[in-house]
Amino acid sequence: MDIHEYQAKEILSGYGVKIAEGGMAYSPEEAVQRARDIGGHVWAVKAQIHSGARGKAGGIKICKTHDEVEAAAEALLGKRLVTHQTGPAGKVCGRLYVEAGTDIVKEMYFCFLVDRSSERIVMVGSAQGGMEIEELAENNPDAITKIYIEPAVGLQDYQAREMAFALGLDPELLSHAVKTIRGCYRALRELDVSMLEINPLVVTRSNELVALDAKMGFDDNALFRQQKISELRDKTQEDPREMAAADRGLSYVGLDGDIGCMINGAGLAMATMDMIKLAGGEPANFLDVGGGASAERTEKAFRLVLADKGVKAMLVNIFAGINRCDWIAEGVVEAVKKIDMKIPLIVRLSGTNVEEGRRIIAESGLPIITAETLAEAAEKAVQARNEAVAKEAAQGA
Amino acid sequence: MAILIDETTRIIVQGFTGKIGSFHAQDMINYGSNVVGGITPGKGGQTHLGLPVFNTVKEAVRQVGAEASIIFVPPAFAADSIMEAADAGIKYCVAITDGIPTQDMMTVKNFLRRFPVEQRMILTGPNCAGTISPGRAMLGIMPGHIYMKGNVGIVGRSGTLGYEAADQMKRLGIGISTSVGIGGDPINGSSHRDILEKFEADPETKVVVMIGEIGGPQEVEAGIFAKEHMTKPVVAYIAGLTAPEGRRMGHAGAIISSAGESAAEKVAMLKDLGVTICPTPAAMGETVAAVLARM
Repeated sequence: MDIHEYQAKEILSGYGVKIAEGGMAYSPEEAVQRARDIGGHVWAVKAQIHSGARGKAGGIKICKTHDEVEAAAEALLGKRLVTHQTGPAGKVCGRLYVEAGTDIVKEMYFCFLVDRSSERIVMVGSAQGGMEIEELAENNPDAITKIYIEPAVGLQDYQAREMAFALGLDPELLSHAVKTIRGCYRALRELDVSMLEINPLVVTRSNELVALDAKMGFDDNALFRQQKISELRDKTQEDPREMAAADRGLSYVGLDGDIGCMINGAGLAMATMDMIKLAGGEPANFLDVGGGASAERTEKAFRLVLADKGVKAMLVNIFAGINRCDWIAEGVVEAVKKIDMKIPLIVRLSGTNVEEGRRIIAESGLPIITAETLAEAAEKAVQARNEAVAKEAAQGA
Repeated sequence: MAILIDETTRIIVQGFTGKIGSFHAQDMINYGSNVVGGITPGKGGQTHLGLPVFNTVKEAVRQVGAEASIIFVPPAFAADSIMEAADAGIKYCVAITDGIPTQDMMTVKNFLRRFPVEQRMILTGPNCAGTISPGRAMLGIMPGHIYMKGNVGIVGRSGTLGYEAADQMKRLGIGISTSVGIGGDPINGSSHRDILEKFEADPETKVVVMIGEIGGPQEVEAGIFAKEHMTKPVVAYIAGLTAPEGRRMGHAGAIISSAGESAAEKVAMLKDLGVTICPTPAAMGETVAAVLARM
């Protein structure tokens, strides 16, 4: 789960990380009021969306007058911002963070994340800030310092000092840097943070170390013990179909193609989507219905897939293990009847009680296309999709 | 002789008397696994499914000589159960539980590393379907009947995709020595590489199929191991060709978050390392058959 910059800053501030003075605004009037409260002559008006690289997408505006703050807020609120992290659909900005302008003398990159190879938390920093870390890793990997944390003892001060020197910080700032780094690590451990990025971390003209931006991601598996973090969820930043799926205990990811999918198991789901692609089609979604696909669950899954109006054909691929093909078949038949499906449906069943499952589909009298193997299922789905598109085109003409 | 488990392995079930634990314990017994009891703290001394219930894993090790365990404990308590098994002297543990926090798994891995290698418990999973040595023993939740006994080892992250592979092979008359699910989480007990090492040492296994997916470094690390240390051919399929960057595809670990983690990149690297790639997920059986035919 991701949170907004202002939320991350509030959390980190509680752990001793210095941030610039700022406040939330939901309207241009509020934004101006925040600027007045903060005082000074320069403000940053920042779109709060769940994505990095907001600056490049025009999501951060530096303002020198209250009129400029108002204009910036008007321009940003309700705007759809597209960054390489949001995907082409972008994310709509519904909240602003107005922050005091910071006089920057040095920008750095700093983050903590879980390293899957060493199975440890790794601290990553670079004296060259402001750039995306991926960019830096590609163009100048030597400028990145990685320090691995031993889980049994946790982050040590000497490691924090090592990082401070790698960031090129003035020795005067050393104790503040150690405090900042320790604070971040403590937040990470206590709150089940999976990624914490401060980009940029800056040194100001008055020689202070400030987190100018902050991004935090949390381990979804640990949210059960992080009640306060769960409350920070901003549903407007998440795909409504994915949210609806999660509420029903299904795992769904919307994609750009037009062949809808319903599969049990994440690996088989990805493999089936690969097979659709290799057969010349494009999957509309990833959908794992899990192990116990009951009739009710099957119907919910169907409705979810078909809620995407771009779907031209739907493929169901179930390998029944604990489950039984006859139960799945009954669920599918029931769902198709209830929903009054208009697009072609391809069903491939395999595993426990497969013969019985196939018989139920065959005897249902419904125009369900069946397949025995994975390859056959994908080919038939692509063929059905192509025929449906051709038919639509013919009707249109 | 297969790897990790056979018909003699004395098995206990942690989370024995719960609904899911009971269901799968019965299924394993029906398959012929040597289940010798189970653990439910506070229910020690009772009998369940005709087998003794113990309060602690240590008691089960002492009284019925438990060697392997399978964990059906809810996510919040699963890490604790895994560590209890390791401390009690269990040699092999399968964690079925889905949803264990990543930091808990880091603690578990660190705990396991403190034991000298020869005393260290092997853990597979969490978030997996378990392990089966067909015709001998099942320590998992898979449909046992789809696996035929034979000479091909399977290691994979996904449950149902592993079933698909076993099914494709069975249709071609190819059997399995052992199939091991290592699970879909970012930090797991054993890696692809760890299991390849065991298959290389198993005289019964002739070929190994590795079923990987997007996210993380494990498939390529396994490929490097295969090139440097294995005499047996490795066949691989990597799922997630169509997965977009930065999106989690069901499994907690199935997410492309840095360079080298996409299916296309992994396939290219594995090819360079001499691993035979299945061109499609529908061709896992055929690809193994072709490799076997050349031997």
